[in-house]
Amino acid sequence: MPAKIVQKNNKKFKRVKLDPITLDVIENSMFSARWEMDAVLFRTAMSPGIREQGDEFPMIANLDGKMVVGQFGSFIHGFKEAFDGTIEEGDMFLTNDPYSCNGAVSHANDWLLLRPIFKDGRLIAYAAMFGHMTDVGGKVPGSLPTDATQIFEEGVRVPPTKIYKNDELQEEILNIILHNCRLPIWNKSDFNAIVASIRTAEKRVIEMANRFGDDIFYSALEDLLDRNKKAMGKLIMNTVPTEKQYFEDYICDDGLEMGPYRIKCAMWREGKKVIFDFEGTDPQSISSVNFFLNEEMFKMFCGVYMIMVFDPAIMFNDGFYDLMEVKIPEGTLLKPNYPAALSCRTHALGRIFDVLGGLLGQGAPEFLCGAGFSDSPHLMYSGYDKNGEWYQLYMIGFGGVPGKPMGDGPDGHSLWPSFTNVPNEFLESYFPLVIEEYYTVPDSGGAGYNRGGNALCTTYKFLEPGEVSIHDDRWLTYPWGVNGGLPGERSTKTLVRKNGDTELLQSKCDRIAVEEGDKLYHVTWGGGGCGDPFTREPERVQFDVDAGLVTREGAKENYGVVLRKDLSINKGATVKLRAEKSKARGKVKLFDKGFSSIKELKARCKDETGLEAPSDPKFQKWMTAS
Amino acid sequence: MSYRLGVDVGGTFTDLLLINEKTGTMWTAKVPSTPEDSSIGVFNGINKVCKNARVEPSKITSVMHGTTVATNTILTGTGAKVGLITTKGYRQVLQIARSFVPGGLGGWVIYNKSDPLAPLSLTIEADERISARGEVLSKLKVGQLAKDIKELSNKGVEAITVSLINSFANDKHEKQIRSVIRKKKLLPKIPVSLSSEVVPEMQEYERTITTVANSYVRPKVAEYVKNLQKGLKRRMKDVKLRILRSDGGLASAKASSDSPVNLLMSGPAGGVSGAIWIAKQAGFENLMTFDMGGTSTDVSLVKNGVAEQTRETSVGDVTVRASSVDVRTVGAGGGSIAHVPELTGALRVGPQSAGAAPGPASYDKGGTEPTVTDANVVLGYIPAEYVALGGDKDWKIRKDLAEESIKPVAKALGLSVKQTAAGIVDIVNENMYGALRLVSVEKGYDPRDFALIGFGGAGPLHANALGKLTSSWPVIIPPGPGVLCAYGDVSTNIQDESSMSFIRRFSHTNKKEVVKIFEDLAKKASKTLDAEGVSKSKRTTSYQVDLRYLGQGLTINVDFELSELKKKGLDAIGDKFDELHEQLFTFSLDEEKELVNLRAVVKDQALSLKAPSVKKGGPKPSKDSVIDDDAKVFMDGKNQKATIYDRSKLKFGNVIKGPAIVMEMDSTTVILSKHRGKVDKFGNILITPQG
Repeated sequence: MPAKIVQKNNKKFKRVKLDPITLDVIENSMFSARWEMDAVLFRTAMSPGIREQGDEFPMIANLDGKMVVGQFGSFIHGFKEAFDGTIEEGDMFLTNDPYSCNGAVSHANDWLLLRPIFKDGRLIAYAAMFGHMTDVGGKVPGSLPTDATQIFEEGVRVPPTKIYKNDELQEEILNIILHNCRLPIWNKSDFNAIVASIRTAEKRVIEMANRFGDDIFYSALEDLLDRNKKAMGKLIMNTVPTEKQYFEDYICDDGLEMGPYRIKCAMWREGKKVIFDFEGTDPQSISSVNFFLNEEMFKMFCGVYMIMVFDPAIMFNDGFYDLMEVKIPEGTLLKPNYPAALSCRTHALGRIFDVLGGLLGQGAPEFLCGAGFSDSPHLMYSGYDKNGEWYQLYMIGFGGVPGKPMGDGPDGHSLWPSFTNVPNEFLESYFPLVIEEYYTVPDSGGAGYNRGGNALCTTYKFLEPGEVSIHDDRWLTYPWGVNGGLPGERSTKTLVRKNGDTELLQSKCDRIAVEEGDKLYHVTWGGGGCGDPFTREPERVQFDVDAGLVTREGAKENYGVVLRKDLSINKGATVKLRAEKSKARGKVKLFDKGFSSIKELKARCKDETGLEAPSDPKFQKWMTAS
Repeated sequence: MSYRLGVDVGGTFTDLLLINEKTGTMWTAKVPSTPEDSSIGVFNGINKVCKNARVEPSKITSVMHGTTVATNTILTGTGAKVGLITTKGYRQVLQIARSFVPGGLGGWVIYNKSDPLAPLSLTIEADERISARGEVLSKLKVGQLAKDIKELSNKGVEAITVSLINSFANDKHEKQIRSVIRKKKLLPKIPVSLSSEVVPEMQEYERTITTVANSYVRPKVAEYVKNLQKGLKRRMKDVKLRILRSDGGLASAKASSDSPVNLLMSGPAGGVSGAIWIAKQAGFENLMTFDMGGTSTDVSLVKNGVAEQTRETSVGDVTVRASSVDVRTVGAGGGSIAHVPELTGALRVGPQSAGAAPGPASYDKGGTEPTVTDANVVLGYIPAEYVALGGDKDWKIRKDLAEESIKPVAKALGLSVKQTAAGIVDIVNENMYGALRLVSVEKGYDPRDFALIGFGGAGPLHANALGKLTSSWPVIIPPGPGVLCAYGDVSTNIQDESSMSFIRRFSHTNKKEVVKIFEDLAKKASKTLDAEGVSKSKRTTSYQVDLRYLGQGLTINVDFELSELKKKGLDAIGDKFDELHEQLFTFSLDEEKELVNLRAVVKDQALSLKAPSVKKGGPKPSKDSVIDDDAKVFMDGKNQKATIYDRSKLKFGNVIKGPAIVMEMDSTTVILSKHRGKVDKFGNILITPQG
């Protein structure tokens, strides 16, 4: 049964004609409200993931649940389909269970709150926000167990629940949930912060409706959705060809030493509509690397991407959803069957963006960017310190941003919106560790006319015995380069024990015991290059060498630029070398993935990475639906 | 007889205000600014104002000055070649920054990061390490460092920044490095900025960028201050030059040259101080300031006569840790360009700006794109026939060009030119309304409890409309928007502050220890005032602490009395924090609190200044104040008749009914229909809704 909306006042809103100015004014107001939601949350949340790093997603939707402002698209449709109950004035819903909201959130750490906004007894809009909690219980601190095989191992599960009824907090329910978390104070504070941010949005919506009139406000949201549909319609017609385009990419392993897993997608246009079909994507994993991908959310990803790549002036919202159709076969990595584990979905989530970039770019190579979404490399470190106090660190790292037609990718920067790093002095003050090095690795960004950003190396020295978990990817496959750009370097994780013993760690590993004095060298991936590196202006290469971001050898090898001892450019030698290298290479490749086949890649895995190649994934028949 | 002089250097004009300190008599002067060397304009102005007042320049004992030199140095990228010394392993601290990429999902596709203020090729590492608790983990090794510094000197660095990890907890190594630079005769004369002195607070990137920014603008600012002081001394022997800081206090010439990072908001702070001063005379202490210029608009909130402060200052894409008046800037001004993107068909205003060159289309200086100013011309809010730009009688505003520029936009929208112009004004107002909300509703203040004061070249044009949006009444339009900043400069006082990071939870903190630290900070901050000869009896000291709930990231700044802390202990500040948290975020927590930064601010008493008053008149403005009683404006979606007034002829008690336009030399005030403006004793126009 889908949800039933209960209103005291069932009078329908009237769609009225708006002058374009009022519409633009309301659009601006909606944006202000959305930014205000962020501001309130950042300032009050306690989980560093939310507050220092910005892992949170606000939204304001119209009364049908279509997102008008926000960034990850609306899930309200899916939520309403799945929720068997009423939606009433004074309700606020909480859920973190992907299976009961159609993947609106994709793992249990994300707590989603949804508020129907009523005015004079009528539903007029929705506000929602979700944020990543540091811990929601389950088998490991941080609640992201790589080796989980069922969602029950990943922490407390909250089906869509009215956590506020009649505007009264259902404290007993909240207490049960908090009782299952390792850092209940953080969860409670973050919960409060999300509520405060949603209430801010509600206030603004009511103010706007009062200011302009209910019918005008209602009509404005409809018009904004229509406006976007119109713009996106043109964009789709201009950029998506009718013949099928294919692209595939991989996540390297599943944390159980099997892999890689293929994500494959086809895209084509039929009339005005663009179709995405994930046929050919591997079946679901027995570990937790599955990513329950909501189709509507995927549409949003595409929409945002197309806008960013082709015309950033377009304001995006859910208006264009009818212009896209997304097919994800059940029982696959992207639509796993219950109760598959989901906590480590970050790898597939990241890869979806690389796949999208590759797909969209084929139709318009001049807009193509390199690959760079490894994932959000997680580092967790927890234990009891000398005073017997529990410490628990969860943080997200960054790698190299890909080279793109507009310029170089920044070194060690975030591909995710509004994320920031955690200051090392803050970490050293609150956690028993010293960060000895924090730099980006020269030559790790893929060479190109526009260079990929360098990988980030962070060296942690642990000061207390504890346990470390790491979740990363792109250690086997490369962030690919485009239009002649080279792939970026792969990620590595090395543990050097106090006695000097060196251990190469898996890219995904849980609960590695560390002792005081052990050091972890945490190196992420470099961004893929964009465009022919032999055409990069020698002065830009020289600048990078002078800055220590590219080595002298790297300049020669990858860019064909010969520098003298004083770093001046040897023009003659450069021209000559470039001509030779260019000839030897031949025509530039649209994509340079750094390997010819998975077999070939696996064969050199041990030599190159020091780690055994993963075995082919074992898929369990019962998991793949008919 | 002694005089003090306030000088504000704006983009177009330099305004001066001379005051007889004993009688309070004032004289003003306005001269064109000289951007290539702004001290030239300053001296021209001094000659002019002294001539007006028939005062010998030598009688001027102090000059107070708000400057944009530091800001412009960053905006134009013309600062010093800065060498940076970091801890080993952290050479790329500015390159990595906070890993932040602006824009939403996919924002990286169009983001090109600018190069660090201190280039990587001029950044070297020192082999040393201090822990977060201040213990020396590894001693500073001088040998290699000295060689590397020598190398920097060969590369021609003009300033050096030392910013080591955890130096906020222990500054030993930073100081040692400075003495190495000095003693070894490596770079004996170069200015050296230490992060532990400029901003001894946690967070390596923020501390480093702040200190680097300080080094970056230092030579330029120091040179400017030196030239200015030299020129002043030539005219006035014992003159004291004081520069307005971002936080609204005044600093000595030396302090300004040493810590110019504190001057980045000097210009806007002058406007805010002036607004506070004039509004106070008019009887308003709670207000929002709205300073709209050609390319951007600055807004701030003033509560009980004190401007809200922030610990962050942003200029361009550089954000530093320095106290400043909490001025929010939006890139919307008179020069903002309107356009209609083809795909969406929506009307957008800005962020592109026509700036001063080529300027709005109606200025006939080569600009052809439709700006907010052009929209105001089309609507009749800037009456083209009566405006002589900058007092230049030969330079007329061209209404036909304004209309021409708006036509394509109107066509794309399917509206008339006038409707489109009204739309452009509405959209830009909405953008500025967003900024006013940031300083009010977002901080838990109700804008209806505040008056709105509009100034700057375009502020008086839009202030009434913004008052409508925020319901902040009255809307105050002070006389002479340019000279307002100069008022701000002379009406402020010397102040300095001293702060330090002290990160500890309440339960681990001893009251006595904290009180002692605060007393020491106050002593340290007092030194500046000692040097300026400010008598102890005239000083006031205030105390601030940044607090948070244990585990929270951001902090809230709490003001408190030291006596309260002595009497009631930490709870005295803890309770205040809970209240503020509730006000800002609608809830407080029953959690342990943590101290983060401690700060003491010491101020000199302000000079009490009275604004000059205007002559008294009746409610009806005199006939000679009417320039045109049958002017046409487009308002509320229709053509209306408006009256145009000459502001210099308005009297105290006059009531102006909207629609009306009030003109003065460098600004134009719009009074909307259904509103009225009352002229107060000081010549302010106080606009309120009619009836």
